[in-house]
Amino acid sequence: MKKIKIEKKILSENQRCSIENKSFLAERNKLCLNMISSPGSGKTTILVRTITELQGRIKIGVIEGDVQTDIDAERIRATEAPVVQINTEGACHLSAVQIKKALKKLPVDDLDLILIENVGNLVCPSAFELGEAGKVVVLSVAEGDDKPAKYPAIFAKSKALLINKTDLLGHVDFDIERAKTDARRLNKTIEIFPVSAKTGQGMADWYDWLTKTLKRTNSQQ
Amino acid sequence: MHEMIVAQYLLAQITDEAVKQNARPVAAKISCGKLNAVNDEVLCFAFEAIAKDTLCRDVKLEIEHKPLQAKCKDCNQIFNVEFSKPQCKKCESRDFELLPDAPLILEEIEFQTEKNHEKNKN
Repeated sequence: MKKIKIEKKILSENQRCSIENKSFLAERNKLCLNMISSPGSGKTTILVRTITELQGRIKIGVIEGDVQTDIDAERIRATEAPVVQINTEGACHLSAVQIKKALKKLPVDDLDLILIENVGNLVCPSAFELGEAGKVVVLSVAEGDDKPAKYPAIFAKSKALLINKTDLLGHVDFDIERAKTDARRLNKTIEIFPVSAKTGQGMADWYDWLTKTLKRTNSQQ
Repeated sequence: MHEMIVAQYLLAQITDEAVKQNARPVAAKISCGKLNAVNDEVLCFAFEAIAKDTLCRDVKLEIEHKPLQAKCKDCNQIFNVEFSKPQCKKCESRDFELLPDAPLILEEIEFQTEKNHEKNKN
């Protein structure tokens, strides 16, 4: 038998492409965030409300990832924000090469912030870097407060956590403190925002964080 | 689910090396970190399925999981994080910074040499 040392990253192609995306965005001073959650947590509703309420203050463009359809892109389009839909045709996550193509279709130079809505899935998207400055994980209260403990990787890697659908708190058994404690066990600095994208409750804190993060991006030049 | 894509990249890399070495690959060693979300069984199943009619059909995968490490902010100790009880091994502080998780790496490939190829024939 003959053994050959390879020592090469298996996802090196994705890695290389994500670094290209990162420099593309950094050169233009644009903030890009990768939003990850289970299906149905309310990512698109959060995006629609965020775009609408920040209109005139922050120019947002969106890259929508879904297995099929452009339902989400249509919802974003209604806000008049530029949007590119990616259909993964079965794949469980977005990859950096898809983002590279999508960035070419967005009017990046006219934007401040690019939000990527990843395919609904708490596991796989966390393993694929896209070139984003940070990940934002969304968890809705209907999913249960045990998710940060059960899916540690995405909570460990995210800069912010939005706990969405807080308007349902009286109807479901969800202990916000437990979710927060578990999310912080591996990630002490994660910013946590309990919000209702439906009623608007708590969204102001999330906008403040976005604004601050954006300022930091601009001052890095 | 993304194990299929990992398997495809893996198959391409092993095939490239096999062509370069002009030898038949029989095993491959992979390593990955705890946050990589790679399930061994699913990856092996996916790899077997796509390698079945290729020159990599005999490749057995060996997957090593590297521990997730963190640095304690109180005593600077570097320790392996246990998901069930994440705290510093030395001072039990829960204030720590995660170190980068080990990426998915194709460590080495084992090839059958002419000699043991002959042996197997006999």
